[in-house]
Amino acid sequence: MKLRTTLMASSAALLVLSGGMAYAESHATHPVTGEALAADQTFTYQDIDESPSIDPGMVEDVAGSDIVRDLFEGLMNQDADGNLIPGVATGYTVSDDKLTYTFTLRDNAKWSNGDPVTAGDFVYAWERAASPELASPYSWYLELMSIVNVSAVIAGEMTPDQLGVEAPDDHTFVVHLSQPLPYFAQMVTHSTTFPVPRATVEEWGSEWTRPEHIVGNGAYVLTEHVPQERMVRVRNPMYWNNDATIIDTVVRLVINDDAQALTRWQAGELDKVAVPSGQYPALKEQYPTEATSFPSLCSYYYTFNLRDDAPEWEKDVRVRQALSLAIDRDIIVQNVTAGGQIPAYTFTPGATAGFEVPSVETANMTQEERVAKAQALLAEAGYGPDNPISLEILYNTSEGHKNIAIAVSQMWKQNLGIDATINNMEWQTFLEARGSGQFDVARAGWCGDYNEASTFLDLMTSGSGYNDAAYSNAEVDELMAAAKTMDDPSANYTRVEEIVAAEAPIIPIYHYTSVFMMNDALKGWPVNNVQQNWYSRDLYKVAE
Amino acid sequence: MFAYIVRRFAVAIPTILILIVLSFVLMYSAPGNPFNGEKIPPPEVLANLQAKYGLDQPYWKQITNYVWNVVAHFDFGPSFKYKDRSVNDIIAQGFPVTLTYGFWSFVVAVVVGVSLGVLAAIRHNTWIDYLAVGFSIGAQSLPNFVMAPVLVVVFTLWLGWLPGGGWNGGQWQYIVLPVVALATSYFASIARITRSSMLEVMNAGFIRTAKAKGLPMRRVIWRHALKPAMLPVLSYLGPAFVGMVTGSVVVDAYFSTGGIGQFFVNSAFNRDYSVMMGITILVGVLTIVFNLVVDVLYAWIDPKIRY
Repeated sequence: MKLRTTLMASSAALLVLSGGMAYAESHATHPVTGEALAADQTFTYQDIDESPSIDPGMVEDVAGSDIVRDLFEGLMNQDADGNLIPGVATGYTVSDDKLTYTFTLRDNAKWSNGDPVTAGDFVYAWERAASPELASPYSWYLELMSIVNVSAVIAGEMTPDQLGVEAPDDHTFVVHLSQPLPYFAQMVTHSTTFPVPRATVEEWGSEWTRPEHIVGNGAYVLTEHVPQERMVRVRNPMYWNNDATIIDTVVRLVINDDAQALTRWQAGELDKVAVPSGQYPALKEQYPTEATSFPSLCSYYYTFNLRDDAPEWEKDVRVRQALSLAIDRDIIVQNVTAGGQIPAYTFTPGATAGFEVPSVETANMTQEERVAKAQALLAEAGYGPDNPISLEILYNTSEGHKNIAIAVSQMWKQNLGIDATINNMEWQTFLEARGSGQFDVARAGWCGDYNEASTFLDLMTSGSGYNDAAYSNAEVDELMAAAKTMDDPSANYTRVEEIVAAEAPIIPIYHYTSVFMMNDALKGWPVNNVQQNWYSRDLYKVAE
Repeated sequence: MFAYIVRRFAVAIPTILILIVLSFVLMYSAPGNPFNGEKIPPPEVLANLQAKYGLDQPYWKQITNYVWNVVAHFDFGPSFKYKDRSVNDIIAQGFPVTLTYGFWSFVVAVVVGVSLGVLAAIRHNTWIDYLAVGFSIGAQSLPNFVMAPVLVVVFTLWLGWLPGGGWNGGQWQYIVLPVVALATSYFASIARITRSSMLEVMNAGFIRTAKAKGLPMRRVIWRHALKPAMLPVLSYLGPAFVGMVTGSVVVDAYFSTGGIGQFFVNSAFNRDYSVMMGITILVGVLTIVFNLVVDVLYAWIDPKIRY
C-alpha cells in the first residue's frame, strides 16, 4: 500500500514536471490583453476556516466550492460576467417539453491520471450525491434541480440507479426533470454536479480527496493539504485547456483572524484577503486600487415571528411596517457596515440575473417621510406611550451583527418609542432558537444558490424550511409554483416582492457586497460575477 | 514507589471514564447538531446524516459503542465536520505541531523563567532584582492575544524577518513567533514562583550552615538551594506543560499553525462531537500522566516525601 502511494505520488510529480513548464517562461505577455506577465505566477489567498469537504458530492460551503472549481470541472462553467460557457460539455439541447436536457461532452476531457472523462462519470457522481449512503449535506441541491425520482432516492425509497440521469454513450449525458426549470442549465455550474472518478472513490472511500489519492478533471491538482493551515494546488497538465492557464500554483492559507490576515497581506505574504469588519473606508483611502467592493448575491434582513404563540403586536401588519420604515438603511450601510453595501427595500438583490427590482413605495421616500408614516401606522394600530411595545432582537454572536442591532434598536427607540433589547447567541444555539420560533425579531442572511430570483423568493413560500417567519400567503405560494414552469417568470417575482413589501414578514436591511484587499498585480478577478464563482485558471499576475 | 504508580494508574481509569461520560452528556445537551453549516439541511437529508454517523441510536448505545471503540481499537471515530478525516487523523496531524512549539515554549519558559527568578533572589533588592521583577510583571500582563499581534507587526510587517503565520511543515522560521508568544506569560509566572521560593530557601537553616562551612556561593546555590527551591515551580510545571503542548487556542488560531487547539475550539462551535471527545480525552490523559510525573519527581527532589 505504502509503495503504491509513493509510486503514484512520484508519477504525478513527473507529470507535473514534464507538462508544467511555467506559463510565464514561455509566454511573456497575456495572450488577450498583451500585459507583461510576472515571472512568478503563484496566487495566495486567505480562507477564514477549513472547509468541511472538497469532495464535489459533499462540498457544502462557499470556500470549499472555490477549491472544487479548481480541482474539478462540471458540465458548464461561468465566464467573468457569470454567463454560461462550455465546460466538460461543449453544449446542450433541451427537449420541446423542457423536461429533458442532453449534454454533449468534449472528447478531449481527461482525468488527472489520463483516463477520459465520460458521461458515465457524471451519472455515477449524481447518483452518488443523492444516495443516502453518502448522506451528502448538499443532496437537497439535487432536489432543487427537480431531477426525476430525486426525492425518493434521497429518502431511501428508491435506489440511486433510479435517478433520472443516463449515459447513452460516453459523450452524451441526459437529465430528465420532473418539471421544466428555466434556470436548469445555470444550476450545473454548481460544484455538487461535478463528476467524480469512480475507481478512485471506490478504492479509497472517504479518504479519496487526500492529496496522495485524489484524481480530478479540473485545471489544477491537489499536491498538499494540511487542514486548518494550508493547501497547495498546481496546474494539471492533463486538463484539456491547460495551455490557457496562466497561474501555476494556488496556495490557500487558513487565517481565522481578519486583522492578522490584513497584516500579512500588508507584509506581502498574500494576494487576496478579507477586509476586517468596519475597516473598509479607512483602507480604501490608504489603498485606493487594492481595496475592492462589489455587489454579491446575498441579503441581510430581520425576520418577524408570525407563529401563533408569538407576541400579539407581531400579527399586526401596521406594526411590522412601522418597524421596517423606522430603520434608516442609509445610516446602517454608510456608518455601521461601511463596505459599500446597498440599502435594501426588497428581499432579492438587484444584481440577480433577470430580476427587475420593483419600485416599492418605501424605497422612494425620504427617511423623514418614512418615520412620519411609521409613527402614524403605529398610532393607528393602537400602540404608543400608554400601550408600549417592548421586544428583543436576536442575533448570532458577532461584532458586526451587534453593531447593526444596536443601531436598529436605537432607531426604534428614537422614532417609535419602542424598547428593543438585544440578545446574542452562539451560532448553533441561535439556529435552533430561530428555527423553532423562540424569538421576537431575529437577524438573518441569505445567499443565492444560483443566479435567479427564486433562490431568494422560495423562502417566502409556506413550505420552505428556511421561512423562519412562518409567513404564509396563498398568492405567494401560487405565484412561486407557477414561476417554476414559466419561460419568463420575472412578472411573478416582481409581484411576490410587492406582496412581501406590503405584508412585511421580514425587514430587508441591505444587500451584501464582497469586500477584499487584492494585490494590484493580480488580474482577471470576476468582479461582475455576482455569485463570485472564480476560477484560478482565469486569473493572472502582471509584472510590476 | 512502583506500587504507588500502579495505584495512581488504577485511579486514573475511572477518572477518564467519568470524564468521557460527563463530556458526552454536556455535549449532547447543547442545542444544535454537527450538520448545521451555513445552511440547515432539510429533514430527510438530516435523517440520512444522523443514520450515517449513528446519531439516530439511543444515547446509552452511542456512548457504549464509543467507549468500546476507543478502548478496544483506539479508534476515536470519524470527524462529523471534516468529512475526509477521522479524529485519529486530526490528532495525528495537529498534535505534533502543537507538541513542537509547546515543547520549545516550555524549554524557553523554564530556562528564562528559572534563571531570571534565581538571579532576582540571589541579588535580592538590587537593581537586578527590580529589573527582573519588572520584566516578568510586564511579560505577565501581556497576554498572548496581545503579544501575538505585536510580534507580527514588529517582526513581519516592520522588519520583515519572520513569516506572520502558518507552519509550513515546521520550518524554524515559522516556529519562532508562536514560541515567543506562548512562552512569555509562562516564563513570567515561573520567574516569580522561583524568586519567592528561592528567597525562602536562602533564609533556611541548612543554607546558613552551608555558608558557615565556607562553601563558595556558587556551590551553595547549585548544590543546596536550587533543588528544594524547585518544588513549588515543579507543581506549576506539570499543568503548564500540558497546557502548552495541548495548544494555546489563541496561538494556534492567530498564527494559523494547524495545531490541535484550533481544532478543539472549532469542534465546540461546530458540535463536532467526536473531535471534541477525542481531544478532551487526550488532554485528560496528558493531565493525569504529567501530574503523576510531577509527583514522582517530587519524591526524587525532596527526600522527606515518601510514597
